[in-house]
Amino acid sequence: MATRRQFIRISAMGAGAVMAGAAGIRLLGAGLTDGQKATLAALTGRTPTYCEVCFWKCAGWVYKDDKGSIQKIIGNNEDLNCNGRLCPRGTGGVGMYHDEDRLRKPLIRTDDRGTQSFREATWEEAFDYIAEKIKVISAEHGPECIALFTHGSGGKYFSTLLRALGSPHIAAPSYAQCRGPREVAFQATFGESLDSPEPLDIRDTKCLVLIGSHLGENMHNGQVQEMSDAIDKGATIITVDPRFSTAAGKSKYWLPIKPATDLALLLAWINVIISEELYDKPYVEKYTYGFEYLKEHVKNMTPEWAYGITTIDPTVIRETAREMANAAPAVIVHPGRHVTWYGDDTQRLRAVAILNALLGSWGRRGGFFRTETFALPEPPHPAYPTPKRTWRTEFPDLYKLADTVLANGVCDATVPDPSRNCKFQAWIVNGTNLMETLPNQENTLKAIQALQLLVVVDTMPMEITGWADVVLPECTYLERYDDLRVGPHRKPQIALRAPAAEPSSDTKPAFYMARELAKRLGVIDYFPFEKIEDQLDWQLKQVGSSLEEMKRIGVKTLDRTADDLYFYPDEDVEFYTATGKIELYSTALEGAGFDPMPKYTVHEEPPAGFYRLNYGRAPMHTFSRTSNNPNLTDLMDENSVWVNPRVAKEWGLSTGQYVHLVNQDGKKSEFPIRVRVTERIRWDSVYMVHGFGHQEKKLRRCYGKGASDTNLITKVLVDPVMGGTGMRGNFVTFITDLAGEEVVS
Amino acid sequence: MRYAMAVDTKKCVGCSDCVVACQTENNVPIGFCRDWVVEVMDGTYPQLEIELRSERCNHCGNAPCVRCCPTGASHIVDGGIVLVKPNKCIGCGACIASCPYDARYPHPKGYVDKCTFCIHRVKEGMKPACVAVCPTKCMYFGDLDDPNSDVSVILRKRKSKTLIPEAGTQPQLYFLI
Amino acid sequence: MNEELIISGRENLMVDPQLHIWHWPIPLYLFLGGLAAGVLFFAALYYLLGKEEQFRTAVRRVPFIAPIALVLGLAALFYDLNHKAFFWQLYTTIRIQSPMSWGAWTLLVITTVSVIWCALHIREFFPDWDWKYQWLKDIESFFNRYKKPLAWVMLIFAIITGVYTGILLSAFNARPLWNTSVLGPLFLASGLSAGAASIVLASKNREERLLFTKIDLIILGTELFLIVHMFMGFLASTQVQIEAAELFLGGEYTMVFWIFVVVLGIIIPAVLDLMELRGKHIPALIPGVLVLIGSFAFRFVFVFAGQVSRWLY
Repeated sequence: MATRRQFIRISAMGAGAVMAGAAGIRLLGAGLTDGQKATLAALTGRTPTYCEVCFWKCAGWVYKDDKGSIQKIIGNNEDLNCNGRLCPRGTGGVGMYHDEDRLRKPLIRTDDRGTQSFREATWEEAFDYIAEKIKVISAEHGPECIALFTHGSGGKYFSTLLRALGSPHIAAPSYAQCRGPREVAFQATFGESLDSPEPLDIRDTKCLVLIGSHLGENMHNGQVQEMSDAIDKGATIITVDPRFSTAAGKSKYWLPIKPATDLALLLAWINVIISEELYDKPYVEKYTYGFEYLKEHVKNMTPEWAYGITTIDPTVIRETAREMANAAPAVIVHPGRHVTWYGDDTQRLRAVAILNALLGSWGRRGGFFRTETFALPEPPHPAYPTPKRTWRTEFPDLYKLADTVLANGVCDATVPDPSRNCKFQAWIVNGTNLMETLPNQENTLKAIQALQLLVVVDTMPMEITGWADVVLPECTYLERYDDLRVGPHRKPQIALRAPAAEPSSDTKPAFYMARELAKRLGVIDYFPFEKIEDQLDWQLKQVGSSLEEMKRIGVKTLDRTADDLYFYPDEDVEFYTATGKIELYSTALEGAGFDPMPKYTVHEEPPAGFYRLNYGRAPMHTFSRTSNNPNLTDLMDENSVWVNPRVAKEWGLSTGQYVHLVNQDGKKSEFPIRVRVTERIRWDSVYMVHGFGHQEKKLRRCYGKGASDTNLITKVLVDPVMGGTGMRGNFVTFITDLAGEEVVS
Repeated sequence: MRYAMAVDTKKCVGCSDCVVACQTENNVPIGFCRDWVVEVMDGTYPQLEIELRSERCNHCGNAPCVRCCPTGASHIVDGGIVLVKPNKCIGCGACIASCPYDARYPHPKGYVDKCTFCIHRVKEGMKPACVAVCPTKCMYFGDLDDPNSDVSVILRKRKSKTLIPEAGTQPQLYFLI
Repeated sequence: MNEELIISGRENLMVDPQLHIWHWPIPLYLFLGGLAAGVLFFAALYYLLGKEEQFRTAVRRVPFIAPIALVLGLAALFYDLNHKAFFWQLYTTIRIQSPMSWGAWTLLVITTVSVIWCALHIREFFPDWDWKYQWLKDIESFFNRYKKPLAWVMLIFAIITGVYTGILLSAFNARPLWNTSVLGPLFLASGLSAGAASIVLASKNREERLLFTKIDLIILGTELFLIVHMFMGFLASTQVQIEAAELFLGGEYTMVFWIFVVVLGIIIPAVLDLMELRGKHIPALIPGVLVLIGSFAFRFVFVFAGQVSRWLY
């Protein structure tokens, strides 16, 4: 990449005026602060990128200051994911680049795992080490025993490597630790999963129901933007949450539900909508299967019944159901994102799907639209070998409806077990801090200790890197090309990520790493292009564009092949289910031996003196990925535990005090956490933001600040349908005496 | 010409994008901020109300900081924007003490710094960085003397308030309520 | 329950969690400035009243404290500046609305005048002093001829020096504790009483000591009255001023204010002064030193407490 400053012609958005203005302001000169001067000088050309701070992948432009240092990132106006406005994490992405604690050189472990004893190595050494081990493992156990955990763009290349070797075991923790149950539930109901970003027509909805979504604290950029548009248009928001979330603060109805009882409320809503005949009759008639079964099933699940379970007034249940029906079909019962709560999550999301189906929102304006994506041709390569064994063949009866590899599944299948005759031997971990991602840290460590090889690819020295055999320092998204983004949206789009700077220190992109390993492992044919730019250019030329064009525009929008954003009136839609219809009664679930329609299950309640541990997001962070980011830790550098004033009074707690938390299994938080006494949380729960309490000292900005909820999630409620790990079944109590412990501040 | 800003507290989600955008736009040093977000909670569970506000220098019409500055470093330019000339500032801190909104801070380089309504962008016809980035589009900026500007239009449509108007400062940052 | 929080992690140096932009150099300067103002005021006053010979110490000797105090005070102010290299910008303009600007110029004048005054009386301490250079001797004779106008200038600028610091603080409407017009006269009174106390401490003339003890007593009485008046004003004012007053009526500054400033700094010296005037012989050291301590403590407490008082979170 050229390092000379180039004045690339900027697109028509007032660039000429901006340039002239820059010169003009320079003439004014003396009165400006350094900040102002630097900003105007920053217009030395811009580079297109798409953000890597979270999975939303908003496209944007990177600007550098007059010294060539990355200064500012803004959104690309053409991008449907962000509409020209990045969220705070994306805006703060510059911090990821400038973070002084970044990994700099490859590291190879010198002593026992976990002793944090590493030596710096050259890339050649590191690749040779890894390749040797993989060859041995493949020969002894088979390449299927190598697994990849990924939550980053680099994962694409490691995936190619693994599949080239013959392993299908590519796990994204975002499935079984996050959205898995809803993918399975919606797949079972509508025949398709939701993907990212979800096809929610929020900007045109008249009623948005958030049950288990804290949009606004959860910064899904496009959805927060559209929620704001919806508010402008007078849409109603109904929020169901035991905590007074930001969204609850903007809602017409906030239902302060008792935790773990959401399914009862959903069933009661279904009951009201069916019994008062508020459902979309023609839609249900034409498109759904199993209505009569459903009607019978929810016959007795009245609002009065639900009231006893959820503590939500039956009048409110009826009113909100009518509100939804009134708005239908422009109504969205939001499927949520992180839905692995109590182990019956697939069934709960089935209820959400059923409710949406009854209201007729699927495929309608203001409900769920039909996305279109774009298929970019892959560069020619030999066919992937068929794996000799997969987790499906080894565990045919487990999690029958899961359709991808489960991260926790791989983890469990790495822990030695006499009842199994095989286990995973090697992990490659890319862009996910498994120690904080997988609940039950003890189990994760057991698995790690049983590995023959652990390779961690990351930009920061996250906790997981401390356990690795080899740490490969990845350069940030601002320093590399990556696969073109072709996510599904209202219109198909292609977005380019190009480097705005050379990789820092001795860091490298994943493409390079995977390719070098492929060379040594004899599968280089699967990486036909030596330089990624050439691969991208080839791919783009196949579809009538080019790398040069994409560098200029950043995002290319293509027309939909069919004008079918929503169903036509009376359209004959075929759903990819067994019956070809929307299955209110799920034949797939029935076939796998599960309840075809959701039933309410009672979940464990906190014992006396304990409070349910609830966790969530803050809009300025994306958990570990931003924990050490200087710009974002400026906004929030520790979490607090929210305690209801009644509880605080009982325990003598006040805001600003630090306490330890202990859970029902006696697990104590590693670091003390600050108390926030607030009316926003129910008296039977506490709440904290996930992503703090880091134990890795190399993360100098966030080490020891706040507490980690993952620390305290020792009881995992596994969903038998698809293996999702329910994490909300843990209860904590307080330890107020810190015994002279110093608080990191 | 009288510049002003309005923030819709009903749409603000407290994400603090405005704070980071300002930081990267204006090279605000890490550890400092020119704007910030305030959460006000009222009530008893479950009868609760929340207000979220993005705050910054109010570019007051009767600015105590400009009044008290002994060197004239704090001054007002066309449009009512209050600025600081770094080379005139002696770092005495009087303006910091005189601001009832705590909007100013001592820059590590010695002079006093604060929100400038991104005057360098406004002059080019752009909006301040915070307004331009806000994902909920809850921020408005413009010329109050122009009845068709964004801010004039929204202030006519919606009820609004300013912070501690009784302090006599004539703040020009409006909160839509 | 009501919560008002900054949720974007604002931690601006010296502003958060609570304003502390001014530390010890400021109250130190305020004390030294007030002391110098008091000393120079009495020197000028009694000179103009023709009592130069009667009250030699007051007019001729004690003023030597002034330039030292002023220079130290200015050094403290300079030390406190965050952008020191540009301090000279203060002298490129006069800003009528900024008491700090008047202060900068006033200090320039009063420091110069006090140096001249001391120079005119250098022979009080060095009887054989010789200026050596003819131009210095010319300046000396010039000011000796125009000593009266000089004294008038000194008198006026001493008053301005004594009162402007109080006006400066009272102009900060953002700090409710300072925002009272009583503060100007109160600072002046405090400065004058420090000046009077210094004269009592330094003088060996019984008549002079008695006069200034009487003056000091009157000024201390005035101070006490002004303080009570100030609190009455706060408590009858708006919520923010009531809260500011509460800092001294049960809040964190209660002890230090009432004990050091009022009891030790005003009441006890006043009682001792009264006893001295009634004939009981009190060692001059005690009330004198207590007044000085009280004067310093007053400025210290007020500068720190004032930064705590606020309108918003």
